[in-house]
Amino acid sequence: MPLRKINMRLSEHRYRTISSIAGPLLFVQGILNARIGEVVKVLTPDKRQIDGEVLQITGDTALIEVFAETRGLDIEKTTVVFTDSVRRAPLSPEIIGRVFDGSFVPIDGLPMYIAEKRVPITGLPINPTARARPEEFIETGISVIDGLNTLVKGQKLPVFSCSGLPSKEVVAAILRNSRVIKETAIPQGSETSAARGDFIVIFAALGLTFREYSYYMNTLKEMKSGFVAFVNMADEPAMERLLAPRFALTAAEYLAFDNGMDVLVIITDMTNYCDALREVSTAREELPGRRGYPGFMYSDLASLYERAGRIRGRKGSITMLPVLTMPEDDITHPIPDLTGYITEGQIVLSRALHQKGIFPPVDVLPSLSRLMQRGIGKGHTREDHRKVSNLLYKYYARGRDLRRLEAIVGKDGMTEKDRLMLDFADLFEREFVNQESVRRNINETLDMGIDLLKRFDFET
Amino acid sequence: MTGNITGISGPTVSVALKGLRLYERVYVGNAMLTGEVVKIESDRAVVQVYENTHGLAPDEPVRATGMPLAVSLGPGLLSGIFDGLQRPLQRLREETCPFIKSGKEIYALDRSRQWRFHPLKKKGDDISPGEIIGYVNEGRFHHFITCGNDISGTLSWIADGEINIEAAAGALTDGKEIPLYHEWPVRVPRPYRKKIAPSRPLVTGQRVIDFLFPFTKGGTAIMPGGFGTGKTILEQSVAKFADVDIVVYVGCGERGNEMAEMIEEFEMLKDPWTGSKLMDRTVLVINTSNMPVAAREASIYTAVTMAEYYRDMGFHVLLLADSISRWAEALREISSSLEEMPGEEGYPTYLSSRLSGFIERAGVVETYSGKTGSLSMVLSVSPPGGDFTEPVTQSCLRTTGAFLMLDTSLAHRRHFPAINWFQSYSLYAGELSAHYKDKVSPEWEDVQKECRDILRKEENLREVVEIVGIEGIQDQDRLLLHTAEMIRSTFLCQNAYTDDAFSTLEKTLSAVKKILDFHKEAGERLKQGTPLNDIL
Ligand SMILES: Nc1ncnc2c1ncn2[C@@H]1O[C@H](COP(=O)(O)OP(=O)(O)OP(=O)(O)O)[C@@H](O)[C@H]1O
Ligand SMILES: [Mg+2]
Repeated sequence: MPLRKINMRLSEHRYRTISSIAGPLLFVQGILNARIGEVVKVLTPDKRQIDGEVLQITGDTALIEVFAETRGLDIEKTTVVFTDSVRRAPLSPEIIGRVFDGSFVPIDGLPMYIAEKRVPITGLPINPTARARPEEFIETGISVIDGLNTLVKGQKLPVFSCSGLPSKEVVAAILRNSRVIKETAIPQGSETSAARGDFIVIFAALGLTFREYSYYMNTLKEMKSGFVAFVNMADEPAMERLLAPRFALTAAEYLAFDNGMDVLVIITDMTNYCDALREVSTAREELPGRRGYPGFMYSDLASLYERAGRIRGRKGSITMLPVLTMPEDDITHPIPDLTGYITEGQIVLSRALHQKGIFPPVDVLPSLSRLMQRGIGKGHTREDHRKVSNLLYKYYARGRDLRRLEAIVGKDGMTEKDRLMLDFADLFEREFVNQESVRRNINETLDMGIDLLKRFDFET
Repeated sequence: MTGNITGISGPTVSVALKGLRLYERVYVGNAMLTGEVVKIESDRAVVQVYENTHGLAPDEPVRATGMPLAVSLGPGLLSGIFDGLQRPLQRLREETCPFIKSGKEIYALDRSRQWRFHPLKKKGDDISPGEIIGYVNEGRFHHFITCGNDISGTLSWIADGEINIEAAAGALTDGKEIPLYHEWPVRVPRPYRKKIAPSRPLVTGQRVIDFLFPFTKGGTAIMPGGFGTGKTILEQSVAKFADVDIVVYVGCGERGNEMAEMIEEFEMLKDPWTGSKLMDRTVLVINTSNMPVAAREASIYTAVTMAEYYRDMGFHVLLLADSISRWAEALREISSSLEEMPGEEGYPTYLSSRLSGFIERAGVVETYSGKTGSLSMVLSVSPPGGDFTEPVTQSCLRTTGAFLMLDTSLAHRRHFPAINWFQSYSLYAGELSAHYKDKVSPEWEDVQKECRDILRKEENLREVVEIVGIEGIQDQDRLLLHTAEMIRSTFLCQNAYTDDAFSTLEKTLSAVKKILDFHKEAGERLKQGTPLNDIL
């Protein structure tokens, strides 16, 4: 029995038996032997070749999901070729410094390299007992992150943005400034930046406008090396957005766990990813969940986000910073909500701070890095880190609370101490959170916090 | 019996194979993936596959086993780490690689390990169903070996000495052997002689729970809360500090990193009641969010069956699941690929009955061996958007005894555990009060009432202050606000990362009394004319 199958599958199978087309989905009939996840090529009447994948099989009918525009397809002349292989990423150390589209085709004008290996892009779950606990500090150069919401290697920490907020500038700042600090060498500040050695940024852009594209490309160029980029433009197929992050993460796993690098994966914008997911689900006529997003979105997002981590006994790590735009600024919208349920904290950008001209406009109160506790203090950052960060948070939270009271009773109706607390909150935003394009190392960040606290001296 | 795959959709596979039984375990495809029959029609059966169906093709074989999905029960479960199908994750890692591949079969219990069997019966003794015949030492526990619930007779011989789990511990005169381990179908609750009403406290070491919303051995509690409200930290704190014998913890559809952290901690930390390593009393079932969704559905049953097994030896067992919502979502995903008629929010209409069937497996029981054992459950719930009106929270509420509502606004203020003290409740408080009066202090209830009073008054006062400012209210009221603030920040809050993470009942009571005593004394001094600022 298996023998017969092997013989049958020696060559590619071609079919011209499409029975229906709906959005990104095709039904093909009379199939002899398709596999779930098998890659298919669709040859269109106008001689284009586009990519697809087997999603479901019922009897001899296969349901194909196509990762490109299906406009122009027809039932009579379109041919579907079954390739008997799953989608794989062509990997090699040569990918470093290169720019690819969402299907792993180079778009930087340089030739394709020879792949060292080809790995299925769906990835395998890390055995939980093989994971090493994330606890090594990554310096982003941004005070409000390093000081109060510290990122550690192996963590997934999303940025929740709103439309119109400068999330791309925040991402660019992180791209440019992130460093892994060697534990033993903190006082001297010996560090590995993205441009040097074993720290690397993988950048996956989903649905970028041309303006965003040029902006990011300039940032990447400034970095010279130390990155791999996967770019899907706004006018490119939405379905490709489902592939690009998987290519990026497969490359990340290769660089991290095969080559021992510390990889920071930035994916922007996950909202576009989720919308593509919704499109497929709608085309399948699945019962929509909240706001039309599919019921399996939690598991699907987890299959991406959970690829972050470290593995015991291996060098290298995958740290993930997905960026998403909260529709209608609503944090309970399924996209930020399900993301927050999977990631280890969140960095929330605020419209109010942006309007005050503060950059990066990170709202400290709803932001949280859940793995921070393990990554700070002696041996990681600085001994006083925890104390400084707790105090800054505490007084700022008090100050923010008091702003509501101020709005009602006015400053005059408040105690002296409360008025000071208000001033502190203002100064904290203007001096500590706000840093424009200046990079601050962790020592500068903490010193600045201490200085701010000293100026107020609330404890006495 | 072998048939062929005729269709594949997500985690479900249709099979042309007659004679399959509902919930029978099958092997699917050339890769021999584990599956379970979930639907039978005249010409086909539908199988839910517990592993990734990627690469599966029609015509691949499906093999029947004639057995339902079951777990192995015997010595060696404690300190084990299993996936939702009871595959031992550590050995899986050692034998393969750091990543989980599909289709690898591996025994849950180590078959080469020798156990010293101590007989408690002798040749010629009559044995009734479920009776204990001996034990092995599993760490500090007497792991009792009982004869099956459907076997009785006279012992023809009994082992005494080192045996492995495949050996028999004894046999009856009719030739039936009593094995050291057995299999039990996960979806069938293990039987007991009778259920007993819960009456003993389960101390969690968390002040806000033990003092305001006490929990009981054999009870059930849910902790719903939006993301980041502290469900996992609270579940893990309770797993560390609860005064029970054995803890079964299910990481159901949650994060890998937090499980890695838990494993590391449990290997290091000691349980405060006995001083032995936490892991020694713990069984972990881990099916993270990126592991196959159907195995996530099975994971809570795998866990509860192991928990019942230890309950049947007369232990107090606590089952924690984080999060039951992820289980419900797995159920929904499977139901939708079966094209079943959806109920509320797409969940199948049987969500509620499945859930209560599971929760009802908790309780205090008299076992067949005449011992008293208990199984308690603490389940976290992750409501979408933090909205508690959704079906999973609501279904749980109908069957559980304690409701610990985690409040996003408290969590944002970093008040942890973020248990809302107005909305939460425990139906066990009444049954337990006699116990607290006797065992801890006669004042327990009075102090509790006083504490609640202050918190309630604070709530009303806050509204006033919002309007007139703090300067606008009387000194007695300002004192009350001060006291309430102390109760909240030093008594109700408990930082899980410090030594304060655990508190005994005595310490809990004395901590709150200290605050209330201060409040009384300060109230007196105010009356005598001491200015408030001098007092504070
Ligand atoms: N008792 C506590 N002491 C100190 N910090 C706490 C405590 N409980 C929660 N936290 C803080 O809140 C964060 C989130 O807690 P946790 O991971 O338990 O949330 P969760 O409710 O399980 O979220 P999710 O639904 O996303 O899994 C922790 O990382 C920690 O920073
Ligand atoms: Mg959690």
